[in-house]
Amino acid sequence: MPSSVRVKTLRIDDLDVAGDEQQTIFDVAVEHAIPIPTLCHLDGLGAVGACRMCLVEVTSANQTRLQPACATPIEEGMQIVTNSPRLQEYRRMILELLFAEGNHVCAVCVSNGHCELQGLAQSLGMTHVRFPYHYPQRSVDASHRRFVVDHNRCILCTRCVRVCAEIEGAHTWDVMGASSQTQVITDLNQPWAEAETCTGCGKCIHVCPTGALFEKGYSVAEMHKRRQFLPYLRAMREREP
Amino acid sequence: MKAARIAPPSEDKRWRVIDATMRRHGYHAHALIETLHATQESFGFLDEDALRYIAATLGVALSHVYGVATFYRRFTLKPRGARHTCVVCTGTACHLKGAPALLEALQQRIDHDPTNPPVSILAARCLASCGLAPAVVFDGKVVGNLTPDLALERIEKWLHHES
Repeated sequence: MPSSVRVKTLRIDDLDVAGDEQQTIFDVAVEHAIPIPTLCHLDGLGAVGACRMCLVEVTSANQTRLQPACATPIEEGMQIVTNSPRLQEYRRMILELLFAEGNHVCAVCVSNGHCELQGLAQSLGMTHVRFPYHYPQRSVDASHRRFVVDHNRCILCTRCVRVCAEIEGAHTWDVMGASSQTQVITDLNQPWAEAETCTGCGKCIHVCPTGALFEKGYSVAEMHKRRQFLPYLRAMREREP
Repeated sequence: MKAARIAPPSEDKRWRVIDATMRRHGYHAHALIETLHATQESFGFLDEDALRYIAATLGVALSHVYGVATFYRRFTLKPRGARHTCVVCTGTACHLKGAPALLEALQQRIDHDPTNPPVSILAARCLASCGLAPAVVFDGKVVGNLTPDLALERIEKWLHHES
């Protein structure tokens, strides 16, 4: 750690806090036990700011903007509100859009009861979906010997893409297409079993927030995911030899 | 560390254009879009061999190349809506030797056919076959020293023999 770390002071929800300039709003909030809901963020993976669940109101230089806490570096004198009626409304709306966009049927899902999307809907008080459901035609790829990807349940958080590229180093996963045709793919959009770069390590399974990626042999509500390996692997990767 | 350079997927001279594009950018990963553009222009579409070759040469993941190729509408993975492709070179040499007239004649023939023939006419910047100017690639085969009549004759064969 370089000795000349520059400290910045800011205010989060009426609490004066300080952090070093490398940190994001989310990092500092976590250190001070200020809860901010997240979905695409995962400790140990790079930030993409894809889900917008961690939006906070940032006032700086007399302007208030909505910024994703996970991808916004702290600045001197920032005033941050992490929870307001407006933010709650937006977060619920984002969740509803995610539910309307895919085919999320909790009752038959392997991750029922351990799903981050479902958990957020409960904790943020989402009672119904105000938008018409899309019911998109999406596929399931069960070609792999051990794993399954069910695109119906995918929210495109790209955790699988990042863990595969950043931690495993295989970069088997990526995202193809645009708008409603977007989906995660293995190699050249091949069946997973034929993806030659996949090492079969299973990290993507365990970082997936929903039941989109799961292991064969589990029935409804049986898929528990374990992610404790992630911060450890990140630390080991970054440690100097 | 760069991977060892691999050979293009075929003997097709158009790979020289793609190779030149990648070389010009020092085989950096950021040359990906530029390289896909060059390939799209030369071949009319991006097939699996092309994607694999570009990924391996630039040291980029296969899934990343596929993702970029499908994100932008300008790129197509299959010949556009047609069984036959006809790529007219519009490079400097071919242009001087009459490529615009070739393109015009072929386009007219296809566009004004009420049967909606299964042929797509495309233009490429340079096929690296300037000695053959004006050149056209008919379904992957380079044919040079063409006139509008000779080019139309080729197309007619496709239209009548269904091959």
